[in-house]
Amino acid sequence: MTMFTIAGSPHIHGDDSTKKIMYGVVIAMVPAMLVSIYYFDFNAIRVLLLAVISSLFFEWLIQKYLIKGPVTITDGSALVTGILLAFNVPTNLPGWMVIVGALVAIGMAKMSFGGLGKNIFNPALVARVFLLISFPVEMTSWPKPMPITKGFFADVITGPTPLGLVKEGLRAGESISKLQSELPGYVDYLIGQMGGSMGEVSAIALILGGIYMLWKKIITWEIPVSILVTVFVFSGILWLVNPEKYIDPVFHLLTGGLLLGALFMATDMVTSPMTRGGQLLFGFGIGLLTILIRIWGAYPEGVSFAILLMNAAVPLINRGFKPRRFGAKPGVQLGS
Amino acid sequence: MGVLKTFVLGGVHPEENKLSSNVPIEALPVPEQAIVPLGQNLGAPSKPVVSKGDKVKTGQLIAEAGGFISANIHSPVSGTVLKIDNVVDMTGFRRPGIVIKTEGDEWDESIDRSDDLITEVDYSAEEIIEKIKQAGIVGMGGATFPTYVKLMPPPGKKADHVIINGVECEPYLTSDHRLMLEKGQEIIIGTKILMKALKVAQAIIGIESNKPDAINHLTELTKNEENIKVVPLKVKYPQGGEKQLIKAVLNREVPSGKLPIEVGCVVQNVGTTFAVYEAVQKNKPLFERVVTVTGKSVKKPSNFLARIGTPISKLVDAAEGLPDDTGKIIGGGPMMGKALPSLDVPVVKGASGILLMREQESHRKPESPCIRCSKCTNVCPMGLEPFLLAKASKIGKYDIAENEKVMDCIECGSCQYICPASIPLLDYLRLGKNKVGNIIRNRKKK
Repeated sequence: MTMFTIAGSPHIHGDDSTKKIMYGVVIAMVPAMLVSIYYFDFNAIRVLLLAVISSLFFEWLIQKYLIKGPVTITDGSALVTGILLAFNVPTNLPGWMVIVGALVAIGMAKMSFGGLGKNIFNPALVARVFLLISFPVEMTSWPKPMPITKGFFADVITGPTPLGLVKEGLRAGESISKLQSELPGYVDYLIGQMGGSMGEVSAIALILGGIYMLWKKIITWEIPVSILVTVFVFSGILWLVNPEKYIDPVFHLLTGGLLLGALFMATDMVTSPMTRGGQLLFGFGIGLLTILIRIWGAYPEGVSFAILLMNAAVPLINRGFKPRRFGAKPGVQLGS
Repeated sequence: MGVLKTFVLGGVHPEENKLSSNVPIEALPVPEQAIVPLGQNLGAPSKPVVSKGDKVKTGQLIAEAGGFISANIHSPVSGTVLKIDNVVDMTGFRRPGIVIKTEGDEWDESIDRSDDLITEVDYSAEEIIEKIKQAGIVGMGGATFPTYVKLMPPPGKKADHVIINGVECEPYLTSDHRLMLEKGQEIIIGTKILMKALKVAQAIIGIESNKPDAINHLTELTKNEENIKVVPLKVKYPQGGEKQLIKAVLNREVPSGKLPIEVGCVVQNVGTTFAVYEAVQKNKPLFERVVTVTGKSVKKPSNFLARIGTPISKLVDAAEGLPDDTGKIIGGGPMMGKALPSLDVPVVKGASGILLMREQESHRKPESPCIRCSKCTNVCPMGLEPFLLAKASKIGKYDIAENEKVMDCIECGSCQYICPASIPLLDYLRLGKNKVGNIIRNRKKK
């Protein structure tokens, strides 16, 4: 007698999978990867490979010998973490520090919570903050972007990021209008001609990736838009109050890790809220904290801290923000 | 056509695969033996009124309603009652049924077998409801709720709209589509009968825009009917769910835990509406129905008019046989249908289709960890959080499942369909619904 499969409905499945989502994110990061290779040449490739290979290696090691469970390093999640880690460090960071970062990201921030889907904090960001606190000098010496066309293996000259420049200048009592002359221009921010972590420099490349992820429905608009709008409005108000003390909002949008954070880090499914309302609040919180840290904090950049702080609030946000239940509203419009 | 109406919350777009939408309904020969399960409706099973050895005619009452929420059953064939015994039904369980050996096809004399269309409805509301009750009509979209019960709103509730469900949002299925094309006039008369029974002035026929021929046909037939409106709807699953359909056509929301009558609506499937026409105007009880037989490897995807009790193997034979690569047989559509254990189970009143899935389509993908993508929440048409309900049910936190409205789940399967981690969310939700349902019942008893 022929045996047929018995299972509960539904009997068909959409073709979405964790793998597709993860590799979709990887594709979305390609433009930023290319820009960083263009500006930081060999060093970008070195950091990228080190971060990716060590992330995959640590995940394999922990799954195989510590947890002794199935090895799932091909699901793409460790690959994404590795690339994001590389994106979040300066390209001249010593190699062993990148490897330590990967161990922190995969071992501490991801696997110790139970692996994929269980972590509270974005693994790459945990690693970045760990490295920033442990190796403050190496993590804040930014190589000046040097187009690949001007020679491979060129000598690395380091300099501050635009945000660092502004912070130091203001501390030294200079005014914004004076500092403006030392800063790169908006076109430079867009194409990536500025100091910074490997993946964060080119606004255009990041936005391209963001559009791709929106199109592929890997991310939704709520988190990035609420972050960017909050940053723009908050920094805009301060700028209107005193343009000599506070730099303009467009500068805040285009510099530092804001676009990388808003499009690729805060949108991490695992560590962001489940409902639209929750996501908007999450984004608002990140935007607010970013500007607070950038302007009044000890560090020139605050996106990583802001995202991690809001990551911690996600379980609470999920409790408070429920989807609109069908039929929950008692009012019924008869005869509509 | 402008902006098409649809429901607001959630929904998915599975591949439509309406392979048999152009195939006219074909009447199948009477089976040599009819297996008639006694539990064909939601509610209490029916009680047999014949015994072994009795001679029965086609359309003769063989089992009567076993309670208020139950339905009569009529013999689908003429012949001799062979036995009243357990038979395997579509659930795969052995349950009581009546087996009849066919001898000829002699119909009960009271049935009008002519092709004449009877347009005038000469009966009062009470007479109509009684006729529908006698004819054993149940919801033929698959829910199998006894139709006459829906036509008797509880005291204090009043319907103002009859909504005819021609959505057929399940992929593959085309029985309602064909019925609307071939029995349009009867469906319109059936609609009027239902309006009269409920004493309502307005009716709406909701049809998804992937059936433009049915929309045009019924619009044409109702052009002189001021009170019957055909509403084309944007294609979105699960629009055929009562609550979603009411939301789509009237923008009314049935409150949580309540029935459509709460917002003045009674929803009937087009197949049911056709059966109502036949019962009231032709005196013909429900003993046959249109069943789609389909699947990607099926040689001749078809729509058959089959007697209740016909083994589905006969339907598959008529569609030129079981494909070699069949791995799963589904009674109903791929989103909400039930997997059948074998081809020996009979056609029942709620069977809208037989879907033969290929071996490679028959297995679930391996489950991986939830990545909290929130896609399940975004597609849930009831605004629930399937990931949370599934987790609560899995670990036995039924209080959480109840508070988070697990009982509102309509089991449409959209969450499981969309889940990138291939988590069997609906399995867990059904478990949760079952447990929470028991908890609520026990609480009420105290």
